[in-house]
Amino acid sequence: MYAFDYKKVASLEDAQKVFESADDGTFMAGGMTLIPTLKQRLASPTDVIDLDGIDELRGINVDSHSVTIGAMTCHADVAASSDVKKAIPALAHLASLIGDPQVRNRGTIGGSIANNDPAADYPGALVGLGATVHTTKKTVSADDFFTGMFETALEENELVTKVSFPIPEKAAYQKFPNPASRYAVVGAFVAKTSDGIRVAITGAGPTVFRVPEMEKELTGSFTVDAISDIAVPTHELNSDLHATAEYRAHLIGVMAKRAVADCG
Amino acid sequence: MGKFGMGQPIRRIEDQRFVTGTGHYTDDVNRPNQTWMAVLRSPYAHADVKSIDTTAAKNAGGVLGVFVNEDLEAAGFSDMPADSIPPGSDGNAPEAPHRPILAKDRVRYVGEPVAVVVAETLAQARDASELIDVDYGERPAVADMNAALAEGAPQLFDEVTGNLLVHWSMGDKDATEAAFAKADKVISIDLVNNRIAPTAIEPRGALAEYDSNSDRYTLTTGSQGSHKLREWITGKKGRKAADIPVEKLRVICPDVGGGFGMKNFLFNEPLAALFATKVIGRPVKWTGDRTESFLNDTHGRDQINHAELAITNEGRFLAIRVSSLGNVGAYISQFGAMIPTMAGCGMLCGCYDIEAAHVDVKVTMTNTTPVDAYRGAGRPEAAYVMERLVDKTARETGIAADALRRLNFIKPDAFPYTTPLGMPYDSGEYAKLMDLAMNRADWAGFEKRRREAARKGKLRGLGMSYYIEACGGGPTEYARLSVDKNGKVLVKSGSQNNGQGQETTFSQLTAETLGIEMDDVEVRMGDTDDIEQGMGTGGSRALAAGGSSVVTTAEALIENGKKIAANLLEAAEVDIEFKDGGFHIAGTDRSASLAGVAKASFDDSLRPDDVEPGLVTVVEQPPVAPTFPNGCHLCEIEIDQDTGEIEFINYVIEDDIGCILNPLMLEGQILGGAGQGVGQALYEESVYDESGQLVNGSFMDYIMPRADNVPLFDFHYTEVPSPSNRLGAKGAGEAGTIGSTPAVANAVIDALSPLDVCDIEMPMTPLKIWQAIQRAATKAA
Repeated sequence: MYAFDYKKVASLEDAQKVFESADDGTFMAGGMTLIPTLKQRLASPTDVIDLDGIDELRGINVDSHSVTIGAMTCHADVAASSDVKKAIPALAHLASLIGDPQVRNRGTIGGSIANNDPAADYPGALVGLGATVHTTKKTVSADDFFTGMFETALEENELVTKVSFPIPEKAAYQKFPNPASRYAVVGAFVAKTSDGIRVAITGAGPTVFRVPEMEKELTGSFTVDAISDIAVPTHELNSDLHATAEYRAHLIGVMAKRAVADCG
Repeated sequence: MGKFGMGQPIRRIEDQRFVTGTGHYTDDVNRPNQTWMAVLRSPYAHADVKSIDTTAAKNAGGVLGVFVNEDLEAAGFSDMPADSIPPGSDGNAPEAPHRPILAKDRVRYVGEPVAVVVAETLAQARDASELIDVDYGERPAVADMNAALAEGAPQLFDEVTGNLLVHWSMGDKDATEAAFAKADKVISIDLVNNRIAPTAIEPRGALAEYDSNSDRYTLTTGSQGSHKLREWITGKKGRKAADIPVEKLRVICPDVGGGFGMKNFLFNEPLAALFATKVIGRPVKWTGDRTESFLNDTHGRDQINHAELAITNEGRFLAIRVSSLGNVGAYISQFGAMIPTMAGCGMLCGCYDIEAAHVDVKVTMTNTTPVDAYRGAGRPEAAYVMERLVDKTARETGIAADALRRLNFIKPDAFPYTTPLGMPYDSGEYAKLMDLAMNRADWAGFEKRRREAARKGKLRGLGMSYYIEACGGGPTEYARLSVDKNGKVLVKSGSQNNGQGQETTFSQLTAETLGIEMDDVEVRMGDTDDIEQGMGTGGSRALAAGGSSVVTTAEALIENGKKIAANLLEAAEVDIEFKDGGFHIAGTDRSASLAGVAKASFDDSLRPDDVEPGLVTVVEQPPVAPTFPNGCHLCEIEIDQDTGEIEFINYVIEDDIGCILNPLMLEGQILGGAGQGVGQALYEESVYDESGQLVNGSFMDYIMPRADNVPLFDFHYTEVPSPSNRLGAKGAGEAGTIGSTPAVANAVIDALSPLDVCDIEMPMTPLKIWQAIQRAATKAA
């Protein structure tokens, strides 16, 4: 890695001040993407601003309507939380499938969604549940937060503070992992919420997306059979060593059906 | 045998330090005043190097030196060595094309070292390496063997016409053709043996030092053979890499985190570090990172095989004929040209009684990382060809896969048996082991299980392989034993540990032979100043060759001890007998301990002239014959038709590894090896694109099997002693790898056979399996 200054901050205010004064600063949440990138010399920030010391960004709060997770809460805490398991078991399950134990104990929900890797799991849950993202500048719906490959509605020097998930009637996540990295080749998050049925797909395209045809059919009949004939077009799907666009399109159907079945 | 003898499941001594993080690897060795080296590598698969401007790099902070090949050549560091290339069908053995230590006027693969920077810190060295300005003139590249051999392909070397290094053959062509002429049927198969990255957990590294007072170099590097490295550097066979007299170079091997064949070899970086340490006048450290491992560690396998089996209507095998392409990459690594030819092709008859065989191999050069030995080194490729071919023959003739093998196995009373390819098989009870495996795996009940799985929508398959492999014969292994005044025994062996556990096995054998505790034995390996000579580790020969030498030497040490004991006890030497760790006058209660005799050996009045103080014993050992481990792997899997994913249902191994010294360690070797073979069958492949770029040079894309990717192996063994060595041992290190790849592949093909799918290339990933299912569905519709 190239030389940089490491700054550990204790408050959001400090974080933003330090960022302002840096030539080319970058925030670090869990560092699970940033550190490998630095090690491969693919990034050269002047300052790495570590958010780990900001206690207000950590924690899980569950009430009768929603689950709210602080941006610096690690995946392992979400996966292990009995409150989350009770309120939205699919969300705890999704967190338990991310990376490996080391990644789950360092990586955070805020870091994951701010990075918006096309193969990340969390975007599936946010869009699938119709979550709300709270930042230092605004409150934005998940549908509007993820704007493109590695792109979000975050502006410069804007930090995710927490994510609120409305508690659905039922929900499930099914993932086909990349055999090498264990990222999602295709992840399907299906939820029956008070606002209707949502089907969110991560891993398959440049960024998370919904499948309106499936949502419509499932609204009519929330059964596996209802979506068994829906073919997802391949032209906007990713294609790589591990999965062609055709295979991904096929897996979207398989994973969505399995998620519907899992919803019970 | 006693408590440390054959069959005792002793826990590994070395594991205490390995699993508690106190192992001492190359990168753990640091010297005062040490400097760091970084390597600039080619981003192109094929390009002219028009010029290299190092000015900016030389002026960068902390930089002590920036070096290119010209600098190395001027100091007598000339060329990477290659061992001999086997002669072609015309009888001529070609010379290996020159391979400079750093790129000279052309680069031929991505990752080829171009220049090195030595600096005060690693970060400074890496920063400066980015300031080196190389003017490349890109050339068309070729990574695929068929493309490389095609008319008009980009040429790697002027002297290697058509990129064909050598067209090699073995066997009796006329006899084979005669057998094919009288055959009732010919079964043929086309296979690709995928290219593998060895991915040792410890990347390669080197620490080079130069002492100007003695004009002597020291190279500390994790390897499979310090003596071999010294020989390649200072020259003995083939070209030498540097003008360093053999006595002016010490090579030391600390703990090693995995070799798998790859760490046998001499690479560019240690040579550049040796050069630099003398120029800089300070120790120079290089530690490869994971990317460098993927790019510059020799890869394994990479063959394309076309094989034909001539059979009778009854299913008897008459002859086998194999034509292969073997990829050696852009340059010839030391054993590179041997692996696809002499190293493995002799095993293409498998464990079957066949009249005639003929093999020809086109050894092909491509713009890819050099290819060399990888766990099995030619024998897995041979076993894969034969065992896939046998299963295909079973399917095409309708003869059951087990019955077909049973019909053609070499029978137990036929040993010693020499195959038509000249391999002198030592012993084996193939049908018996196959039966044991089939019973454990409930082979007879499989079709019922297949039907039950089909009712759940799953495709179930059962694959068999009956592998045989050849473990290193030839020169024996050096051993030197001595005893200090306290009775502690020192074993110096020319073998070398990179995970096999010789510290334990050699201690076990020494303690057993001398009747002492294992704690009283120290085993030393891997230092060319400390150990007179050594073969290192390779070819699964450590126990058969190295272990046998230790026992023979320990016995000779007892005979030396008897001479002193006779003086000490004032008795005739013939009356001294050795038992329970002590020397006794037969028929009396008078005795002397091993420690007492060793202590007396330092007393000139008690020591005869032909015994050395400390009972130092070295025995001239005769060459050892090869051993032929073999066994049956049965793999049962289920395929999810929706995703193409595989689930392991059961995996049975019944092995003949000869007589077993330590069953715990044997199981470790077999399971690790079998896991690696599963990796080749289902997950691993180094992929190059058409421009010669390595597509998956990281663990984000290279599928390294993890614990949940390998089955729970149900491992048993049957001891069939090898007459080739005094321990009756056969080699264990590579057997698991050789047996598992074809068994897993045959299981996948068997599972898909109801759909009429008869081939999928390895690695058989969910994507490829799903695509095969789709093709079959389209064809059926």
